[in-house]
Formats: sequence, structure tokens, C-alpha cells
Amino acid sequence: MTVEGTTGAWQPVIGLEIHVQLKTRTKMFCRCPVGFGAGENTQTCPVCLGFPGALPVPNKTALEWTLKLGLALDCEIAPRAVFARKNYFYPDLPKGYQISQFDLPSCNNGRMIVPTCEGDHVIGIVRAHLEEDAAKTVHVGGHTGRIGGADYSLVDYNRGGTPLVEIVTAPDIHSSDDAKRFLQLLRQMIVELGVSDAEMEKGTLRVDANVSVRPAGSTELRTRCEIKNMNSFTHIAKGIDSEVMRQIEVWESGAEVEQHTYDYDVAHNRLTARRSKEEADDYRYFPEPDLVPVEPSSELVETLRASLPEPPGARIRRLEPALDLDRATVLVTGGLDRLWEDTVAAGADPVATANIVANNLVGAGVDPSEVTPGELAKLVTARERIPRRAFDEAIANIGDPGFTAEPYLAVEAVADAASLEPVIDAVIAANAGQVEAYRNGKTGLLGFFVGQVMKETQGAADPRAVNELVRQRLDQG
Amino acid sequence: MSAIVDTLRLSAEDAIGLVERREVTPGELHAAYRAAIDERDGELHAYLRTADFEGGSGIPIALKDVISTKGVETTAASRILEGYVPVFDATVAARCRAAGLTLLGKTNTDEFAMGSSTENSAYGPTRNPWDPKRVPGGSGGGTAAAVAAGLAPWGLGSDTGGSIKQPAALCGNVGLRPTYGTVSRFGVVAFASSLDQIGPVARTVRDCALLTSIIAGKDPADSTTVAHPEPIALPDRADLDGVRLGVPKQVAGLPGIETGVTSSFEAALATATSLGAEIVEVELPLSFEYGMACYYLIAPAEASSNLARYDGVRYATRAEGDSYRSMVERTRDQGFGDEPKRRIMLGTYALSAGYYDAYYGQAQRVRTLIMREHRDALAAVDALATPTSPTVAFPIGDKASDPLAMYACDLLTIPSCLAGLPGLSVPCGLSEGLPVGLQLIGPQFGENVLFRIGHALERAIGFEPIPTRYLG
Repeated sequence: MTVEGTTGAWQPVIGLEIHVQLKTRTKMFCRCPVGFGAGENTQTCPVCLGFPGALPVPNKTALEWTLKLGLALDCEIAPRAVFARKNYFYPDLPKGYQISQFDLPSCNNGRMIVPTCEGDHVIGIVRAHLEEDAAKTVHVGGHTGRIGGADYSLVDYNRGGTPLVEIVTAPDIHSSDDAKRFLQLLRQMIVELGVSDAEMEKGTLRVDANVSVRPAGSTELRTRCEIKNMNSFTHIAKGIDSEVMRQIEVWESGAEVEQHTYDYDVAHNRLTARRSKEEADDYRYFPEPDLVPVEPSSELVETLRASLPEPPGARIRRLEPALDLDRATVLVTGGLDRLWEDTVAAGADPVATANIVANNLVGAGVDPSEVTPGELAKLVTARERIPRRAFDEAIANIGDPGFTAEPYLAVEAVADAASLEPVIDAVIAANAGQVEAYRNGKTGLLGFFVGQVMKETQGAADPRAVNELVRQRLDQG
Repeated sequence: MSAIVDTLRLSAEDAIGLVERREVTPGELHAAYRAAIDERDGELHAYLRTADFEGGSGIPIALKDVISTKGVETTAASRILEGYVPVFDATVAARCRAAGLTLLGKTNTDEFAMGSSTENSAYGPTRNPWDPKRVPGGSGGGTAAAVAAGLAPWGLGSDTGGSIKQPAALCGNVGLRPTYGTVSRFGVVAFASSLDQIGPVARTVRDCALLTSIIAGKDPADSTTVAHPEPIALPDRADLDGVRLGVPKQVAGLPGIETGVTSSFEAALATATSLGAEIVEVELPLSFEYGMACYYLIAPAEASSNLARYDGVRYATRAEGDSYRSMVERTRDQGFGDEPKRRIMLGTYALSAGYYDAYYGQAQRVRTLIMREHRDALAAVDALATPTSPTVAFPIGDKASDPLAMYACDLLTIPSCLAGLPGLSVPCGLSEGLPVGLQLIGPQFGENVLFRIGHALERAIGFEPIPTRYLG
């Protein structure tokens, strides 16, 4: 995809860094519980507070889940991965260093397939590595929201030491739309693997974007800028778009883009530059001497590989003969495709099933795994025959244990003219303006009248009968 | 009655015998050592603080102040940890407690175990019981002086480049640095994690073996530990039949080895021969040429990272400042002494971008060569033998202003530390009235071999461990 500037077309070049907080029961290097919403500093111990002499012990589940995630991303699993210390001073880092895989990560060189209407986009995964999260800081007072200039700062070490997988993509993404699609599929994959809730609003999924632009057709890589603090996929897309436009303007004005880090300001939909650091970062990485290398057995790797679900991209393509790309994507990224498949296999119409699953079922807050596909198929098939009210009630209750569609299918819609005509008369009388507009040729208003009648009958009427009766009544003049 | 116990003449085995035969209670024994401390430690300053008897079925023990003790202040002899009281026991402290040992107190050390004389303690130096004008060695000078002066039957030290073996040599007692990974480091204030090992200091080789068997073993809280492949046995053989001792050819050419040290060492080798051992010349050229340089890149690099946690935010001392940055800077400026500051700077530099490959990276490669060289040398012999320290105990203040001269104290102990190998220092005589130590280096997990050789030599040499000035 390219973006038109005043001097020509430009191609955005985007790489993403995604942090996934694993939902292990305990932290990465100690036995403190991992949790959201506990009282400040209640989920801490000498290890995650960096007390003298405390030593890290790696969480086996976190190591396995990292491999699982790497395998799902088609990565090569390193026979030997090494944790390193990343040294820097900040109060959110109690040891003065973060333990993180560095030059020898667990997962390398993978890829993810993102189906688009232009074919499959292959997004390279440079690496996926395991690290520990920092604590949470709140800076009170001052105007920068940062530690410099704050009146005081509060630190909550509950989050400190939570296992975090960082996934780094190659700069293979060329539009904000592709970035969003990629992230939707990635998020769904992570959730299905059961390794994280991957919720941006809770911070269990965090995304930074590295953005540059280049003249369309060129293969060069120009100076990139990093965008941080985007808390939804929509904001990520907006943040990328803003940065792409900014960079195009800079290049077209004859200036050069300088390497910077920006925060996305949600309230104003704009990017604010972080103050340039006084000195370049030097994290003085070296292998963590308190830990031994991670050397997973090939049996473990193969067991994990065998346990993987089919990747979302492949499932979208599999759904496509029956559905368009957008519907297939919505079903897969919503975790609804299995229910859809089973319902269609039970005889329901594919498109109607997709719409009902993605809209009605999700709208009613039903857990798709609780739904019996055969019962749903009966409802989908009967959707136009039974009253709307009965259909909606059935959908709302379809996740209940022992649900059967039969009672709802037995409800007859009110279709006889004698019952419906008084209601129709009342609607027509109450909407004289619309009646006149209809009769002056705005026939599209028919749906409005039908809707009013359905509302008055609280969904008990047969919409096909109402449609017919309303049309007759309006056309009579 | 504690008066019947003369702690000066008691080995740990002797003390255990007294308790087992119910000649004294554990409380009386503890009190006897506390009385000895009251009598002699005013001069020596081996202890930073003593602990009251809190029950326990066994004999007392002294722990170096880098070992966390629940409820008992643990400072690593640094101002920056003044007032820090651990909420947990180090694994070795817990194992001692579980074995019934009772804590006598926390012993002095160079700050963060950085030094070879115990003069770098923020709380003042420890003096050598053989001559109070002299240093006891370091960093574990407190434990060594306490054991030598009868202020503890035994104790634990930590050894990074010689901090157990060198003070043991200078104070005339036996010290073991175990194979890296056989004793848990959990709860021990870290200096250089890939080198730090905890080990025993005692009057006799058998006491050392017994204490090793108490503290060694795999610890789920320290993922670098392994189980010892063979149980630690108390040595009892008097002969050295069939034992091959390797003497590195390079030792004779090293600078600064005192002639009195050399003659004691050679006499020990002659004793070994008379007991049936064969003396073989071996080669360790890289180890002695590059060991020191390698150590003084790796150890400070790790230290610079390990000491980053002392920032005044969560525990111990905090100096106030008008911002986070100034608070941390002032805390660290006031809290750290000169030697930790020097090593933090050295280590930070060695790890910095652009220098890593030339310094830390290169040192790691050299370390691998030193490991291989030791493995090859030990393939043909049961153990290596060298003097432990190039000199006997030196006067307090002699090397305090010359860091390089101080670093050279560990010339002979450092190479095997880099190789992760066990090392035992056994007294082998006196020079100028001061103890000389014999260092025995074994292969990985070779503790039992070292104990056998050390025990036979100890018996044959008949070294009197009580400082001469306390006799008569």
C-alpha cells in the first residue's frame, strides 16, 4: 500500500514490538502470584524486591509457553537460550537490572500469515524472547508525568517480575490496516494458546510501532521513529497514520526525519515527542550468572508443537469459500469460527450463521463454547418464520445448560391482518410526515414503518406479513 | 559450667563430643565462646555483632556478615546496608540451623567481600590473632581470626578469588572453597555471582569436611546448584599412597613469593612424599599469566551489576536528595566505600558498549582457556599443590594505599576460582612466627580427595593452630 504525497507516492515501513504478559500463576523468577487488582505491593517477596542475596529461579511454565508461542509463530526454537542482565537505574527495577533474553533468545526467525484481499501477507517474526516485567510507577505532581520534576513517585512492585514475552516483527508491514489485521490475528492466536489474556486496556498486551517511509518502489530503509503508549488497535492504526503523514511532510519539505520516540496522545489524537535522552542508552548486557542456559529437549518441543491449534490465518482462508474475507476475519479473530463451522455443518445457511454468530450472539454476551451448534442451526433456519422476540430470547438463552430450540420454534408469529391492522393504522396516523414522504416517492421509508410496527408488537409480529400489509396500506393512499 | 571449656583448644569435633557426652549443654558452650569473645575480641574485632543463644542442639558457628540471617542485621561490612535486618535466612544459614548449630555472631569482612586484608570493612579492620599489628587476610578475616583465637569452633566464609583460603592461610586454620555450584548462594550478599562460593573455615580438615557435608547440596532456590555426586566423607587415612600431587612449574617464577613461604611449601611437599605421594610437575602457563587480569575484569563487571540494587529506595540506608537521581547518587556516594566504588567503575567500564568485547568478552574467553588448562593439568594428577598466599600476614596499612599490591595477594588462589574448582588451604608451618598455608586444588567435585590429602598432611605436619602468644 502506498500513500500519495505532493511529490509522489510513499510506502510506509512498519515493524512492531509486542509485549505479551503471560498469565502464569506465579511470577517469572519467584513464587509470588501474578494478578491484576491486588493491593499495592502485596504480591512481593525478597526475590522480586531485589533483596540482598535473593536469587531468581525460572518459571518452567513461562519457559514452555514462550516456546509454544514461538512455535505458533513458526519460529525456530533455540536449543540453547541465555538470559542476560539489562542494566539501568530506575525505581521500577529493584535489582538495577532486568533479566531478559538478549543475544540468544528462545525463538527466532518465524513468520505469520495475514490474509488480505490482495492475497496473503507474510509478516516476518525476527524473534520472541522471554523477560521479566518492571514494576509500575506513578509520578505525582510536576507537569511532565515523568520522574524528573515530580513531587514524589509511587512504585507498585506487584507487576515487577511478571513474565513477559517480547515479539519483534520484521519491517514487513506497509499499512496501518495491515498492522491492525496482524495484531488481531496475533492476539487471537495468543488467547487461543491460553498463555495470556492479551488485553490492551489491562496492559497484558502492549504494542510499540517503529515507523519509517520510503518512496514507493524503493527498498531502502530510512530513519525510523518509535511510537509508544497506544492502548487499542484503533489507536495504533491512528498513531501509525499520523506518523506516516508527518514523515512524508518532513521529507517532502526537504528536511530529514530524525530518530525520535513519540507517545500517542489518545485525547488529542496526536503524537508528542519524548524529550531526547541526555545520553545514549548503554544497558551493559552480559549473561545472567545466576541462571543456567535454557536447553529445551526436542521431546518437549515436539510435544508443544503437536498441541498447537490451527493458526488464525489458515482458518480464515478455510472459511473463505463460504464467506467473504471480512466476515471470515471477524469470526476467526472473535474465536467464533468453530461454532460457525459446526452450525453450518448442522445445516444452517453460512452467511446468516456468520451474521447471527458475530452480531446477535456476541451482542447477547453468550459464550460461544456453551452453545450447541445443532440448536443454533435450527434457530438460524427458522429466523424469518418465528417472531423476532422469540428469536432474540432464544439467542439470549442459548448458552444455558440443557437449552433446546423447540419451545421457541413453536411460537407462531402474529400474521393475521385482523390483529395487525389496528397497530398499522396507529403507526401511520402517528407519522403523517413520513407517510407523505413515502407517497412522494421515498419508498425506502417502508422499512421504517415495518420497524415501528415490530416495535409496537414487541417483536411478536411476522415481519413478512407486516411488510406486505404496510405496503398495501401505504399504497392504497 | 562454661568455665571448664577452654575454647582456645577446642576443635569442632571436640566440641561436638562434649555436647554429645553431655559434658556441656549447647547453651553453656555458646556462653563459653561468648565469654572468649568478650575476653579477646575487643583487641581483634573479628565480630561485627554477636548473637544470643536461641536454642539449638549443637555447637556454635560464626557466619561471615555477607550471609543473610533472619532477624539478625546483615551488612556485608558496608554502610549502605547499615541497619538492614533480613526477613529470611540464607540457605546455608538455614542448613546450619537445621543441623542444630547455634549462631555466635556475624564476622567482619572487607566491604562486600572486596579485599584481601579485611581493612576495607566500613566498621574497622580485624586484627590477626598471631600478631595484632598484622592483617588476618581477607575478605573473610573475621571468620578466620575468630576460629584462630578460639572465638568460634568453626565458621562460614565466602570465596570469590581467595577470601576463604587466603585468610585461613594467614590465620593458621583450614579453609575450603567448594566446587562452584555445590553450595547454595541463596541469601548470600552477591559480589561476583559466577565466582562466589560459600565454604567452611575450621581448626581441622575433618571439621571442614563435616561442615561441608552440612551446607552442600542442590538448592531449589539457587538454580546454579547441583547435588554433589559423592557424599562428603570424613577423612581418616594417614598415608598418601598412590596419590599424585601436581606442582605447577610456573609457581617458582612468580614474583613476590617470600622465601619463608617457599621453604614451608617445599617442606610440605617433602612430607607428602614421605607419606607415599608422588610429586609431578605440571604446566599452568595461561592461568598464572592471565588469571589476575581475567579475574579483575569479570569480578568487577558482575559486582557493578550486583551492587546496583543498593539505591536507598527499598531498604537500609537512604540519603535524602531533592530528586530521585540525587537521592540515589548521595545514598551510593555515602554508602559505598572506596573499594566497591573502584570496582563498580572498573566493572561498568568493562561492560560498556564498545569495550565489552575487548574486556569482559575477552576475559570470558580467557576464563574458558584457564578452565581447560586446569582440566588438562588435573587429568594426570589427583590434586595440584601451591602455597596459598605469596606472603605471611602483613602489617595493617602496608598495602592499603596500593590496590595492585593488595590484588596480588590472591595471585595463587584466583586461577582455580576462575576454573570453578575446589581448593583447600591447610597450615604447613610458620615463617617469621606466622602461619603459612598450603593450597590443594582438586578436580570438579574432588572435595573428598582434597580432604584425604589435607588430613594426612595435617597429621604428619602437626601444626599447632593456637597462636603462639595465647600459649603458656
